[in-house]
Amino acid sequence: MPHFNLSVIAANLPQIGAGFITTLGMWLASVLLGAVIGLVAALLQQIGGRGARAVIRVYIELFRGTPFLVQLFLLYYGGPSFGLTLTPVMAGVVSLALYGGAYFAEVFRGGFASVPRGHVEAAACLGLSRWQVICRIQLPQMLALILPALSNLTIVLSKETAVLSVVTVPELTFVLTGIGSATFAYVQTLLVLCVCYLALVELATYAGNWAETRVSRFLA
Amino acid sequence: MIKTRDVIDPPAAKAHSAAPADVRAQPLIEVKGLFKRFGHTDILRGIDLSIAKSEVVCIIGPSGSGKSTLLRCIAGLETYDHGDVRIESELLGYVDRGGRRTRASTSELNRVRRNVGMVFQQFNLWPHMTVIGNVREALLRVRGMPNDKATAQAGRMLDMVGLSGKADAYPSKLSGGQQQRVAIARALAMEPHIMLFDEPTSALDPELVGEVLQVMKQLARDGMTMAVVTHEMGFAAQMADTVAFIDQGRIAVSGSPQHVFRRSENPRLKQFLQNYLDRNAFWSSDAREA
Repeated sequence: MPHFNLSVIAANLPQIGAGFITTLGMWLASVLLGAVIGLVAALLQQIGGRGARAVIRVYIELFRGTPFLVQLFLLYYGGPSFGLTLTPVMAGVVSLALYGGAYFAEVFRGGFASVPRGHVEAAACLGLSRWQVICRIQLPQMLALILPALSNLTIVLSKETAVLSVVTVPELTFVLTGIGSATFAYVQTLLVLCVCYLALVELATYAGNWAETRVSRFLA
Repeated sequence: MIKTRDVIDPPAAKAHSAAPADVRAQPLIEVKGLFKRFGHTDILRGIDLSIAKSEVVCIIGPSGSGKSTLLRCIAGLETYDHGDVRIESELLGYVDRGGRRTRASTSELNRVRRNVGMVFQQFNLWPHMTVIGNVREALLRVRGMPNDKATAQAGRMLDMVGLSGKADAYPSKLSGGQQQRVAIARALAMEPHIMLFDEPTSALDPELVGEVLQVMKQLARDGMTMAVVTHEMGFAAQMADTVAFIDQGRIAVSGSPQHVFRRSENPRLKQFLQNYLDRNAFWSSDAREA
């Protein structure tokens, strides 16, 4: 294979490493922020008034109903015309968190719905406050049920970080496609890119499985 | 074949007799003109019921008659449209101010029902907590008890229902009867003045019913005030001071077990009881009359 050698990769290893770190950071930040957004949205749907519920519904429909690429463009390129100028990294994290948050909200909503009403009523009869019921009864119980969905969503979002390359976030895809076009080593760089994402996903899968076995001890 | 559970206890074993008249004057629970509608259906249509200290009231009736809804109103789990539910003379669920009635806040609701314990048909134990964790949870979070004290008190409750050996098990590892006994211990841990039971044995396999009824009988003998929605006519005949037959949202017949089971001429009640007579299920009500 005369054209296939990995010296290009070896020569740019520090850059690729930095890209990997950036991807990891963007991913973790947007997953954490997105999970918080989703949880708050699901809680508001639970206990909020009619107005709050309608706002949350519209948010979920909008962000699930439009492509992430378009949302990112709108925030990054459209933001300045509303006085909102963000760095590529900021725009990337915020848009990915908002996008993921809409899905997280649905996962949490399903989780709340899965906890039998009687478990909440039993807690209420014993005098636990609304907040205590959420934190002590509903959240821990639904966590075991929604963990597979949470880890699945986390995996999906890890690959969505690739989209952030279009607004010049120096993450893996941006770095490796850059190296590819500069050296014409397209195949090598794309293969390495795949390997990097596979590694990330494996990591997430492993963490998810670990959490699942830990949390679901009391089931079955 | 007679079901053994109905003849285990000699009826004379019940320690307290019907509460004397002067105690009845200040009921623990007082329901007056209770009216409740779900959508276009009237579930409760003017219920009057008062429960005195140490009184055991069994509520019977066909399914859909409103007996569970009545109990859930007393527990503060349902709103109601008209009438009063008073617990130790405090209005439950609403605040009357200058002739206007508004919904009470959750904390006000919890304050009024703090002395009410509830046991559900489906047990409703929290599966992510161990047995002892279930029983001590409210002691820790509501009473603010330190962990060692709460654990000790929860342990005493488990002892009372004969399950101290299961303290560290998760509910899913227990039989239905054991789960219901844990649920009773959980409610008792908060030292309620009255215990409400909503069909506590209806979700159990027949051979597990007895162990739960035993615990309830012991509670009644110890003087606990109880309101029990049940299909266990044997339990009602042996343990109740008052049996209330609810039909179509009203208390159609109410009185002593002898009166309700033997003397009432109410055709709906007779028809309802005929199902049980056919199954030979409340045999021991004979013995109580002696």
